[in-house]
Amino acid sequence: MKEHPPHQAWTDYAILVSATILLWQVAWYFAGSEAITPPLETVRRLGVLMGEARFWGHATATAVAFFYACILALAGGLVLGIAIGASRTAHEILMPILSTLYSIPKIMLYPVILLVFGLGLSAKVAFGAMHGFFPVALFAIGAIRNIPPVLLRTARVMRLSWLDLVRGVLLPAALPEIVTGLRIGFATTLLGTLMGELFASSEGIGFMLIRAMDIHNVPDIMALTLLLFVVATVANILFLGVENRVRSHGT
Amino acid sequence: MTIPVFWRLAIVAGAVLAIELACRTGIIDRVTMVPPSQMAVALVRMAVGAPWFWPDALSTFQNIVAATAMSIVPGFLIGLIVHAMPRLRAVLNPVFLSYYSVPTFVFYPLLIVVFGINSVSLIVMGAMFGIVAMVSATLASIDRIPRVYVKVARVTGLSPWQTAVQIQLPAATPHLITGIKLAVTYSVIGVIAGEFIIATSGLGRRLKLAYNDFDTATMYGLILLIFIAVAIVNIMLQHWESRVHRRWYRT
Repeated sequence: MKEHPPHQAWTDYAILVSATILLWQVAWYFAGSEAITPPLETVRRLGVLMGEARFWGHATATAVAFFYACILALAGGLVLGIAIGASRTAHEILMPILSTLYSIPKIMLYPVILLVFGLGLSAKVAFGAMHGFFPVALFAIGAIRNIPPVLLRTARVMRLSWLDLVRGVLLPAALPEIVTGLRIGFATTLLGTLMGELFASSEGIGFMLIRAMDIHNVPDIMALTLLLFVVATVANILFLGVENRVRSHGT
Repeated sequence: MTIPVFWRLAIVAGAVLAIELACRTGIIDRVTMVPPSQMAVALVRMAVGAPWFWPDALSTFQNIVAATAMSIVPGFLIGLIVHAMPRLRAVLNPVFLSYYSVPTFVFYPLLIVVFGINSVSLIVMGAMFGIVAMVSATLASIDRIPRVYVKVARVTGLSPWQTAVQIQLPAATPHLITGIKLAVTYSVIGVIAGEFIIATSGLGRRLKLAYNDFDTATMYGLILLIFIAVAIVNIMLQHWESRVHRRWYRT
């Protein structure tokens, strides 16, 4: 896509945000407060929730579980992905297995996770890591496999040392796609952790959400949804920033 | 049988055998997991004996097909429209990039309020999950049509309709297939997750009931069934994708 002048990017964001708010308001007008809480009231409700002490207990519980799950998913996915990507044979044999594992609905494994880990932190971490691991690994494999062979040949001709090869050729060539994988892995890990909390927990934002769903507390559902939406989008924008910098650095 | 296929089968068979042995020798206890052979027996017994099996399987299958159709067709059309309007695309771009980092399932309760607890909610959930992948793939596929094709079409005097059907659509096919593959995968995940969380029918709901009743054999039988079904669909889609890619990039 063409680069836009910076002021247009801001106008675009402004258009997007106001259009979303407008649609939201219109949707509320038609669906009613039974289904949807209007924008302003949702923000107000979120403010009230965030003022309560119990909210921060739940938020901390989610953050801790997410932190551990992220480390497992991102580090594990990277190591396995790079190891598989580095070998043509391993790639050919294992890639279909990994992509199949990626495409099964992981939610059906939640009873298994519960039986193995029991209720609590480890089940949430396992559930989160399970969701994030595969995209990170798949993108890392793709990143390594997509390095043009001519780069490696050139490096050999120039007799680069192993360290120079990794630092000067492999990393810059593979990094953009690896960062894309980390971005998606980060998001899916968050999703997995929240899903784990929906079923396998008695604390956390996901638990607050399922309780609000059970008693049909629409303002709370909407406020928590808004919160998750904002957090996920901000994290995504930060990752995209890193991605763009890595990409422009590479060329 | 090619060598990678042989090794892949060997790895899968080895993993199944290892789980079988671990279960038989008591390393994994019976409450946590039943041996794979018993999963298969439970599955066969369900398929011939349980009155709910075929209606529920059919209902899940129908929902998945409907959700896939509802993500592929509108996704493609939206992709075409957005591609024709660059400014709209610039405004919507952050949505496409962040969409999968937001846990879509938080909208489930809202869908239920709007559509009720029925198949429509499940289909909308599945379609919501799959549609953006299809829109993004459509945008990317049109972007990557070489300009020269369209120029040739103009030089040879093709009408816009002929250009679209005979030149642009075939040229966009490889990336469209990637989008279709993702749309299918996401629809499956969306529908089964939806059935699992809130539904009145379907295999996802059966899985949850079996877990709630501590009916481990039925639970693992169903997990095995979904696993096999997803694996077969995934392998078929990959096969199709790589065949089309080979045909297109064979030069």
